[in-house]
Amino acid sequence: MNKKIFFALCLSVFATGGLLSFKLIKSDNSFSGPQTVKSGLTLPDGFQAAIIADNLGSARHLVATPQGDIYVHLAGTKNGKGILMLHVDGDKATLKSSFANFGGTGIAIKNGYLYASNNREVYRYKLDDKNEVINPDKPERIVTGLIDRRTHAPKAIELDNDGNLYVNIGAYSNICSEFDPNKTGCPILDSAAGIWQFKADKPNQTYGDGVRYAAGLRNVVGLAWNQQDNQLFVMQHGRDELHNLFPNLYTVHQSTELPAECMFALKKGDNAGWPYVYYDWMQQKNMLGPEYGGDGKKPADSKYINPVAAYPGHYAPDGLLFYTGNQFPEKYKNGAFIAFHGSWNRAPEPQAGYCVVFQPFKDGKPDGKWEVFADGFAGTEEQKASGHAVHRPCGLAQGPDGSLYVTDDNQGTIYKITYKKQ
Amino acid sequence: MNIKITGLFLASFILLFGALHAQTKKQPTGQTTVRASMARGKIVYANVCLPCHMADGGGVQNMNPPLINTTYILGDKAALIKIVLHGFNEDVEINGKTYSNSMSAHDDLKDQQIADVLTYVRHSFGNKASTVKAAEVAKVRTVSKK
Repeated sequence: MNKKIFFALCLSVFATGGLLSFKLIKSDNSFSGPQTVKSGLTLPDGFQAAIIADNLGSARHLVATPQGDIYVHLAGTKNGKGILMLHVDGDKATLKSSFANFGGTGIAIKNGYLYASNNREVYRYKLDDKNEVINPDKPERIVTGLIDRRTHAPKAIELDNDGNLYVNIGAYSNICSEFDPNKTGCPILDSAAGIWQFKADKPNQTYGDGVRYAAGLRNVVGLAWNQQDNQLFVMQHGRDELHNLFPNLYTVHQSTELPAECMFALKKGDNAGWPYVYYDWMQQKNMLGPEYGGDGKKPADSKYINPVAAYPGHYAPDGLLFYTGNQFPEKYKNGAFIAFHGSWNRAPEPQAGYCVVFQPFKDGKPDGKWEVFADGFAGTEEQKASGHAVHRPCGLAQGPDGSLYVTDDNQGTIYKITYKKQ
Repeated sequence: MNIKITGLFLASFILLFGALHAQTKKQPTGQTTVRASMARGKIVYANVCLPCHMADGGGVQNMNPPLINTTYILGDKAALIKIVLHGFNEDVEINGKTYSNSMSAHDDLKDQQIADVLTYVRHSFGNKASTVKAAEVAKVRTVSKK
């Protein structure tokens, strides 16, 4: 290479670098187009995200109070405490207290109580008129003795308006193969792979006191009560390894995209079909699982319920929230936000998810195509594709002013997303 | 590119090809045996291990343990072979992080396949440990058979 060409190349590299840095500065400060704010998130026009807390530990689900406080449940304990209470003031959250000698995922507030779960139990704490916990060292145990066999162990919780508590008890298996070798029926469905209903105020309940409200749900982390529809909505984590287990029936790409991650609107007694069934979002139907005679074409028995909405495979929906605030534009009202934790079972194809999705709703049912609302949690494209995401969305909550809170359980970051009219 | 450089390239190609050709005729040395085992192991890894442990051996947060620089990989070979043969059903703690997914048994793999894939893993992702031979797998398989 001669000197002139070398010089020209260097010049062009510098020029490109200059342009790039200029573009970054510009997109930081301007409000036109999808913007990258300081939080590193990409949001629709008019929205901004701020990091209000960081390095909290593995922040899973959270709830917000009308007084501007948030309770964050950590997966494990940090300094011996599993629940953090922070006060949010603008773009800053300050730690007020920490309590609970157990980590976990589920946390909810209903009728003057804070409910929180670990992998076997659900507790509740009485709140005062400022929604602060009265006696942090003496919670009341509401549910106990739930099965915890490591896989899909977190017990996500939700409450309705009639004094009931709903608890996810995930299947401790991908597809029940190890427990049903002769395909005579999956034996673990009696005590797992479903949503159980308990009384919200009765202490020390266990399986015998509760009702299996819905069956055949592999694992649910994101769930929410829809106040418009007065119904429980859940997000199921679909099965893994279609190609790995059945290379002759499913290509690598089919196994990456299938099965769908499903949103179900549940009624008492519903069965979503795990492990016999999976939902194919491309063919838009419930399919018979390959372990039970399916071949990617045979439909499932129609006794199993269909999802009300479906999303790409392995995105891992960990948070569900119905937006009832007045801060965001009208189209978001009563729609659903879904926090996708991000995939691992899309390898060798690039990993995906790691975003918050908005699902439009009308009259209590999904209406129209979902869209990515907040993205960029994972970091660079390379960090996202390799699955080594920097941040992973998990929990969602709505602040008293209609702001949206998102937790990240990898770095313990809490984001506050707000909207300003243009 | 001028003619001289093109000529040089061609010449080096011919030399390289000749050398490779000569090598295939020779008895495989220790080095080439390892290389062949690694190549076969890479294919087994892609088909069996990669979906959970990832292409870079980095694993998955909370779920599937990394295969990089851990005693599970670099330590006792018999224990490692046992994990592949019988699966793994306990929480694993590595560098203060816990991984909780169950690993299924892979006793359907042949001794040579397990030897190859473990040789590959013990020589990849920054790992450096001795090779695993089919005879070693066979021994563990016989001893640990119930």
